[in-house]
Amino acid sequence: MVSGADGTAGRTAADGTAGRTRAAEETAGLAGAAGAAGDAAERAAERAREVVSRVVDPELPMLTLADLGVVRGVEADAAGAVTVSLTPTYSGCPALAEMRATVDARLREAGFADVRVRTVLDPPWTTDWITPAGRRALAEHGIAPPGPRPPGRGPVPLTLGPVRRAVPCPRCGSRATEEVARFSGTACRALRRCAECREPFEHLKEI
Amino acid sequence: MDDENAYQSLAAAGGDARWAFGTGFEDPLHGVDDAFPAGLDEAARADLATRCVTLGDDALVSAQRLAEWCTRAPELEVETALANIGLDLLGQARLLYSRAGRADGTGRGEDDFAYLRGPEEFRNVRLAELPNGDFAFSVARLLVLSSWRLGELAGLTSSPDPVLAAVAAKAVPELAYHREYAAGWAVRLGDGTEESRARMGRALGEVAPWLPELYAAAPAGREPVEEALALVASETGLAVPGAAPVPGSGRDGDHTGHLAPLLAELQSVARAHPGAVW
Repeated sequence: MVSGADGTAGRTAADGTAGRTRAAEETAGLAGAAGAAGDAAERAAERAREVVSRVVDPELPMLTLADLGVVRGVEADAAGAVTVSLTPTYSGCPALAEMRATVDARLREAGFADVRVRTVLDPPWTTDWITPAGRRALAEHGIAPPGPRPPGRGPVPLTLGPVRRAVPCPRCGSRATEEVARFSGTACRALRRCAECREPFEHLKEI
Repeated sequence: MDDENAYQSLAAAGGDARWAFGTGFEDPLHGVDDAFPAGLDEAARADLATRCVTLGDDALVSAQRLAEWCTRAPELEVETALANIGLDLLGQARLLYSRAGRADGTGRGEDDFAYLRGPEEFRNVRLAELPNGDFAFSVARLLVLSSWRLGELAGLTSSPDPVLAAVAAKAVPELAYHREYAAGWAVRLGDGTEESRARMGRALGEVAPWLPELYAAAPAGREPVEEALALVASETGLAVPGAAPVPGSGRDGDHTGHLAPLLAELQSVARAHPGAVW
């Protein structure tokens, strides 16, 4: 989407004023038809968005892809061709191929014959893209949601020692928890233990 | 498909959805806007391709060594951690190889780079290909390589190629996490028992002769490596000894005898069954 926007800006600049005027005339002449086509496209896009919003993450099935923040756009044209933009969480996340296949399959089941699922790498996904609803769903399922990431992009200096914020236990709320392992069942989760209720739990790491 | 049972739904699905069972992966840059900026002429694209291949080779060879710790790590949690770190690097390698094949105009895909090149065509730094050895050596190497790669990729987030810039931006926080993990272990071993301390000290000595090759290959990686090693030294008193560099460079195609067997194993299935997917 970012490169699409860049491309549009580049074209406008190259066309100059004459190009914009010609485009404006064409738009005015076709306003009626374009409006109807625009409505159809918007309706198709809305329906497609609804289908895509129900697809869940294959490794965190309590989260929809929208909750996880990996859906960067759902667009449709008047003919009903749908383009979905997804962004990967981790570079090596094997779930992206599964997400892509599921989105494709669900849209086809919903009657969209022409489906394209594209990958968007920029801006990179971080845990800050997880929605408030997604964070609540994680906590309800016993996974401590990620806290805010440290501010700023780029490399942070290496530090050692207990600099991390306390991660409250998703079961009892106690802040007396400790990290057991930095990596758990998937790359995105760490394993922790609560000193209060004695239960182990997973934590979706800030990254 | 059934979201509650991933394996059931995978078994029922056809084509690409059966990803969990083997190869036949789509191009990792599938659907990514892969146009090159107008300013990148042919020479610049050739440089870009070389850069992507070298970074991809470092990542692939490191990922393979990390995967070798599976079933051999001192703790189950270490095994999971090293495998996951390897998975991040493998993901980076796949994206970089795909970009390289576009940039050099050959259209080669990730499998062509990973499976169908001989050791003499690999351009990874030699530290990455050395055998895992003692756990302490693997920790020291991971600390050095993740710090070094972090330094280089942080600079590449402003690459004129938008795809390389995006791959780098994605990799930076991953590498920072790998580095932190390795540093934690370096201190734990260096500050642990007499035995673990001796091993960590020995490991730092084994890494030392390979550092000049890294610094020459990517000078931007030098500062983060020295920072990480200084931090470990301040916590444990274990410093990296001075050492004569090993002549040559993996970047020029010089390799140790350890790379060929590593690749032979990595490539065995792809070479025995060309074009096979399963």
